[in-house]
Amino acid sequence: MKVALTVNGDTREIDVEPRTTLLDALRDSLRLTGAHTGCEHGVCGACTVLIDGAPARACLMFAVQADGFELTTIEGLAPAPGELSLIQDAFCETHGMQCGYCTPGMVLTAHALLRDDPAPSREKIVEAISANICRCTGYGQIVEAIELAARRLAGSNAGPAT
Amino acid sequence: MKAAPFEYVRPSSAAEAIALLAADEDARVIAGGQTLVPMMAMRLARPARLVDISRLTELSNIRIDGENIAIGAAVRQAVVERDALAAEKTPLLARALPWVGHAATRCRGTVGGSIANADPAAEIPLVLATLGGSVLARGSRGARTIAAGDFFLAPMTTALEDDEILVEARFPAWRHARVGAAFLEISARRGDFAFVAAAAQVALDASGACVACAIGVGGATHVPTRLAASDAFPGAAIEESAARKTLALEIADIDIMTDGHASPAYRRRASIELATRALLAARDDALSKEPRA
Ligand code: FES
Ligand code: FES
Repeated sequence: MKVALTVNGDTREIDVEPRTTLLDALRDSLRLTGAHTGCEHGVCGACTVLIDGAPARACLMFAVQADGFELTTIEGLAPAPGELSLIQDAFCETHGMQCGYCTPGMVLTAHALLRDDPAPSREKIVEAISANICRCTGYGQIVEAIELAARRLAGSNAGPAT
Repeated sequence: MKAAPFEYVRPSSAAEAIALLAADEDARVIAGGQTLVPMMAMRLARPARLVDISRLTELSNIRIDGENIAIGAAVRQAVVERDALAAEKTPLLARALPWVGHAATRCRGTVGGSIANADPAAEIPLVLATLGGSVLARGSRGARTIAAGDFFLAPMTTALEDDEILVEARFPAWRHARVGAAFLEISARRGDFAFVAAAAQVALDASGACVACAIGVGGATHVPTRLAASDAFPGAAIEESAARKTLALEIADIDIMTDGHASPAYRRRASIELATRALLAARDDALSKEPRA
């Protein structure tokens, strides 16, 4: 079945079986492997992408359902090749990752959070990332990364994407 | 884990969706898919055909319908969460929604889908049952209204026929001056299935006496259950010790579910405690509101 997906601003038509999840289509057909495959049943958040700006699980949607939405993957956040977004940078600086498996989902979730609330409370940060499982960090440094990113955003006039 | 093959159709009207369901007993409706897709990934569900109703504009409205707020089958939980009308008219629903999964599932999952799925641990069915709402179902033989009390038959089982779709869920909108609500639950992790959940909505008069009350428990029971004790509180102020006693008396006799997660004795105890706390919190929430002239 043909479907046109708009990912990070580019629209591409792909041919997939109806049972192909959005996650598999992104990874296999579009070679965007930043969205990670974890549980494949909606529990871990490794596959998080933004659908019209809101974090969602790419494993819980079939690719054929995803036409017409603006999809954003982790590949769409950095301002230029070889650079990092402000949030990605904050994750590096605070060691907000170890193996990195959960990181794209965490960064996208933080991106949406800070866009809607540039100065979130700690509780709000914890609530936002509660949908994403990290097996390495113990979450402390991830929360720190988001707090650091929020402080930096407050000091700049740029949006969370840069 | 990958779903078994199926055909995907996106009908252009609810009538077409119903015809597709009537023509194929292995067809299933998909709206947000936040429960169905994992069930398909685990091959617990194997529909031959998915009928996607998520983009039908006729199912995408939130509106006032007489005494109710009617929420169309394709309305996403996140949309209701941000809807000022729903928050004002059905405070209990507003309290319950943040407990439903996570923001990342609420942005796709629908209110109607959660009701049609009838998971005993689900929050939205509990709100519908507690408030005594109903659903509008439509099938090849026409439309009918089904009261929440007749809709939830058993875990994951509803009164919907194979060719019927849930068109909208109707939540009673209270018109009283001071309405408060509370929703509480116990689960292993944030966003996980509730072992026990309790919902309460209370209306008070200017003196603080209760004039309307709805209390329900879920998770512990096979179907979300409105407690008969709801009708015991109007007429006087709600006091803790009397409330606990009334609730304990009724919950001592209700049928409690068993599974590997929590024993029936625990679930019963927790139901009494959570129902009491929810009722008192709903009362306090109503007390915090200025009586409207
Ligand atoms: S892979 Fe999608 S939530 Fe785990
Ligand atoms: S860094 Fe390894 S799972 Fe989070």
